[in-house]
Amino acid sequence: MKVAVVTFPGSNCDYDLYKAVQQVGGDPTFVWHRERGLEGYDAVMLPGGFSYGDYLRGGAIARLSPVMEDVVAYARSGRPVLGVCNGFQILCEAGLLPGALVRNDSLKFRSFPVRLRVERTDTLFTEGYEEGQILRIPIAHGEGNYEADEATLRRLEDEGRIVFRYVDASGEATDEANPNGSWHNIAGIVNEGGNVLGMMPHPERAVEELLGSTDGLALFRAMARALSPAAP
Amino acid sequence: MSAPDSTHAVPVAPRPGDPDITAELVDEHGLSPKEYERIQRIMGREPTFTELGVFSAMWSEHCGYKNSKRLLSTLPTKAPWVIQGPGENAGVIDIGDGYALAFKIESHNHPSAVEPYQGAATGVGGILRDIFTMGARPIAVLDSLRFGDLDSGRVRYLFSGVVEGIGDYGNCVGIPNIGGEVQFDRGYEGNPIVNAMCLGLMKKEELITAVAEGAGRPLMAVGARTGRDGIHGATFASEELSEDSDESSRPQVQVGDPFTEKLLLEASLELIASGAISAIQDMGAAGITSSASEMAGRGGSGVDLEMADVPVREPGMTPYEILLSESQERMLVVAEEGREDEVHRILEKWELEAAVIGQVTDHGRFRILENGEVVADIPALPLTEGCPTYERPGEESEEVRGLREMDLSEHLIPRGDLVKSFLLVLGSPNVASKRWIHDQYDTTVRTSTVVPPGGDAGVVRIRGTRRAVAATTDCNGRYVYLEPGTGARAAVAEAARNLVCTGALPTAITNNLNFGNPLKPHIYHQFRESILGMKEACQVFETPVTGGNVSFYNETDGRAIYPTPVIGMVGVVEDVDHITPQGFQEPDHRIVLLGENTAELGGSEYLYVTADLVAGPPPRVDLLAERDLQRAVLSMVHKGLLASAHDCSEGGLACCLAESALKGVEGGLGISVRLEDALPPVAVLFGEAQGRIVVSCAPDDERAVLEVAESHGVPARSIGTVRDADHRFSVTLPDATLEVPLARLSETYEGALPALMDSPTPSSD
Repeated sequence: MKVAVVTFPGSNCDYDLYKAVQQVGGDPTFVWHRERGLEGYDAVMLPGGFSYGDYLRGGAIARLSPVMEDVVAYARSGRPVLGVCNGFQILCEAGLLPGALVRNDSLKFRSFPVRLRVERTDTLFTEGYEEGQILRIPIAHGEGNYEADEATLRRLEDEGRIVFRYVDASGEATDEANPNGSWHNIAGIVNEGGNVLGMMPHPERAVEELLGSTDGLALFRAMARALSPAAP
Repeated sequence: MSAPDSTHAVPVAPRPGDPDITAELVDEHGLSPKEYERIQRIMGREPTFTELGVFSAMWSEHCGYKNSKRLLSTLPTKAPWVIQGPGENAGVIDIGDGYALAFKIESHNHPSAVEPYQGAATGVGGILRDIFTMGARPIAVLDSLRFGDLDSGRVRYLFSGVVEGIGDYGNCVGIPNIGGEVQFDRGYEGNPIVNAMCLGLMKKEELITAVAEGAGRPLMAVGARTGRDGIHGATFASEELSEDSDESSRPQVQVGDPFTEKLLLEASLELIASGAISAIQDMGAAGITSSASEMAGRGGSGVDLEMADVPVREPGMTPYEILLSESQERMLVVAEEGREDEVHRILEKWELEAAVIGQVTDHGRFRILENGEVVADIPALPLTEGCPTYERPGEESEEVRGLREMDLSEHLIPRGDLVKSFLLVLGSPNVASKRWIHDQYDTTVRTSTVVPPGGDAGVVRIRGTRRAVAATTDCNGRYVYLEPGTGARAAVAEAARNLVCTGALPTAITNNLNFGNPLKPHIYHQFRESILGMKEACQVFETPVTGGNVSFYNETDGRAIYPTPVIGMVGVVEDVDHITPQGFQEPDHRIVLLGENTAELGGSEYLYVTADLVAGPPPRVDLLAERDLQRAVLSMVHKGLLASAHDCSEGGLACCLAESALKGVEGGLGISVRLEDALPPVAVLFGEAQGRIVVSCAPDDERAVLEVAESHGVPARSIGTVRDADHRFSVTLPDATLEVPLARLSETYEGALPALMDSPTPSSD
C-alpha cells in the first residue's frame, strides 16, 4: 500500500501517521502541500495538526493549498482518502465531506482517550472491526464539535454514513460521553461513496500496547489488506 | 581588571535624537553608578544611548547572572555522561544507543503575572527554541507552576490563562506535555511562577553549538520579523513588580505565534542537517544583542551587524529598538560562506524569511552599523563576560525563624473526624487530581508518551531502541521557605524519587531558581542556603546540573514569593519493560512501605488546609538513606518485582495510598492497610516524612521485595493488600480508622479542581 501523507505548514501528526502506515507494512511518503500529482498512490491521508495555525478556522486555509486540487480529484475518482483531526476539518472545508467542525462546546482544548462505537463495518476503513465494537482512542483538539444542518444530519443517519460515535462504557451515545458537543455524538463520517473518511479521534495514536491502546490498528490493517497488491 | 584592548575601536558619534546620558537614564537602565563606571572603563569613553541599552540588557540579572553566578559556579556540572554543561542554549547528556538528550528549564514569571496567556505561551516558545537550536527535536515539555490560592478571582484568571497559553502553544507546535507540577499557596499571590522545561532528542553527532567562529561568515536573521514588542524584557524581568505593573508593563510582554514556531523548528532542523550553517541561537531575552554578542563571546570573535538589513515589522525603528526587541520566533544563524542561497531556499520552503544582517569578524568587537555608520562599538568579551558579579550579605529573617520554631504539638491532635480531615487534604488543589490542567494539553502527539502527566514522572520512549527517558519537575516552596537548605535537598531528593518510581535512573538536572530581590539579606540567605543544599544533594545522587535559569525579583509591593528552586530532572529507562505504573494493578497484590514514618508535620499540606499554617521545620532529608532507598527500588524494578511504585510526598501516606488506589486499573481498586506505628495518627497519615515509597507486588514476590530492601539497608514492611474495585479504601491505625468508599474518594480527588475552576463561587476581588 503506497500512501501519500500530505503535509501542510503546521501539520504535526504527519510523522505519527507515517509510522502507523509503516507498522502495517505500508509504504508511506510525505507529500508537501505545494507538490502536485497523487496518481501513483493507493491512498491519501491528511494528518492532524494546526495547518496554518488554525488561523481563521481549522483547515480553512489549507484547503486552498495547491495539492488540495489533486486530493479532491483523487477522492472524486473513488479512491481512498483518510483525514484525521485537522485532516477531517480540511476535508469538510474542501467540500469532500458535509458539515463543519467548530469550537468544542467547553471552549477548551480536550485531550484524553475516548470511547468510540463502530457503526459500520462495510467500509474500506472499518472492515477489521465488529459492528458495535467499542474502541479506546485518544482525541486532542480544540475544534472538534461536528455541526451540520438538520437535513444533512438526517441524510447521514439514513444513509449510515456515521462511522464512529462517542459513547460511554456501556456503548450508549450519551452527552457525558461526548467530549466536544458534536451533534449526534458524531466522531467520524464517510462520504456518499464510502471512500472518504474523516474522524476527529487519532487512530494512529492507538497502535501500540506500550502506549496504552491498539484499537486503531485494525483501521490501518484493513486499508493495507484492501490496498496492497499482493496482500497476504 | 586590566584595560580592554582598544586596538580595533572606532569613533562613534551619538545618533541625532538620542537622549543625553544622565545619572537618571543610567538608573532607569538598571545599572548602578559603579557598574556605569566600569562600562566607561571598558569603553574608554562615554557610551552612546545605543551602547548603554546594550550593556543594560547584557548586564541585567536575566542575562548577566550578576547576583547568582558566584554561587552557581559551586554546583557540580560534570559527569562522564554530560556532553554539554552550563553556558549553551541547553545542557546535553548521553543517553546511550548513540542518542543524546538536550534539556533545559526557563522561567516566564514576570510576563505571566502581567499577561498570563501570552506570558506562558512565549515561555514555552522560548524553551522549545533553546532545544532545537542544539540540533535536537523537541520530544516533550513539562511545566512547573505556582499560584496564589484559588479562592481569588484574579488567581483563577492567572491560572486559567497560563494553562491555556501553555496548551495552545505546545499543542499547535505538536510537542506532548508529559508532566510538571503546580502548587497553590498564598505565598505566590501576586507573583505566579511559570517555568517551562523541554526535552529534545538527537543523534550524538547532530549536536550543534552556538559559537560564532570564522571571520567573514555571514550572520543571518531567520524567522519572524523584528518589531517593537518586548523591548527591554530582560531588564523588566530583573525588577520587582508593583501594583501598576499590570497595565504599564504590557508592552514589555512578547506575543507568541506557535504556527511560525513550528515552521521555524522544521526549518532550523533542516538547516542544521544541510550543513549550510555552523551555528544557530535563539534571539531570546535581549534579542539580537544577546544572541550576537554571546555567539561572538564564545568564539572569541567579533561581529558587524547592519541594522538597516534587519527585517523589521514597521519602519522607523532605531538601532536601540532593533537591538533590544524581544519579538518571538527569531533566530540568528552563522552561515557557511557562499551557502547563503541554500539557507534562503530552506527558509522559503517553510514560508519564512532570512536576511544577511552582518558577518563574523576577527576584531573581537560587537559593532553595530546603521546605513554604514557605526552606532555602537563595544569589545565583545567584556560585554558578555565582564558583567560584575556579587556575593551579597545574607541573613535569615526573624519571622521565618519564628515560624520554623513554632510548637506544632497541638496540631498532632486530630481536629474532629479524621475522615473529614483526610478528604480535606485529598481535595486540596495541591493534592487533588490535575486532570483539569492536563486535559487541555496534547499529551500523546508524536506517539511516544508511555507515562502521561499525572504519574510520578513523565516517560517518553525512544523509537528504534528499548530505551525511554523520564522527566519531572519538583520543589516544595514551603519547605524551602521554612529552611532553605533542607528544602532544596528535599527538592532534589523528591525529583530523583519520582524518576526512580517510574523505573528511571536519575541522570542530570536543570534548575530554575525563583527568588525575591537578592539585594535583601533575607532573600540572599534563602538563595545561598538553597544552592548549598542543592549542591550537596546533586553530589549524593550523582546528578550534575547542566544549565538552568535564575529568576530574581519575584516580589510584588515588597512581598517576595516563597523561595522556589525548581529541580527539573531527567532520567534514563534502560528498557521500556522497566516502566512502572503509579496505580495498584491487581487485587491480592501486597502493599509494601519502604522508608519510615515519623512524627513530623512541619510545612505539610495538612497544616495549611486544617490550620492555615505554613510553619514548623520541614521534614528532615537524609540524603544517604534516600540514595539507598532509590537504589533498592531500581533493583526491584530491574528484577521485575514491582507492580506499582509511588512516591510519598504532599498530603502524606494517606494521600499516596489514595492515589495508587484511584489510579488502579479500570477506575480504581480498594485496599486494606494496617499501620502499627506508635506515632500520632495525624503524623502517620498526613505527615510528609521524606524518603518513603509505596510499592505493590504479587504475593509471590513479597519476600523478594523485602529481601532487596533489607540488603540495601532500607526499612520495609508489608502494610496491606490491594482489594477489588467494590472494596473500600480502608486504613487502620492502633487508635483510628479511615474507611471511605472508593467512589467518594474519587469524587473528592477528581472533583476538586473542576469545582473551583468551572463553577467558582463569586469572590470579592
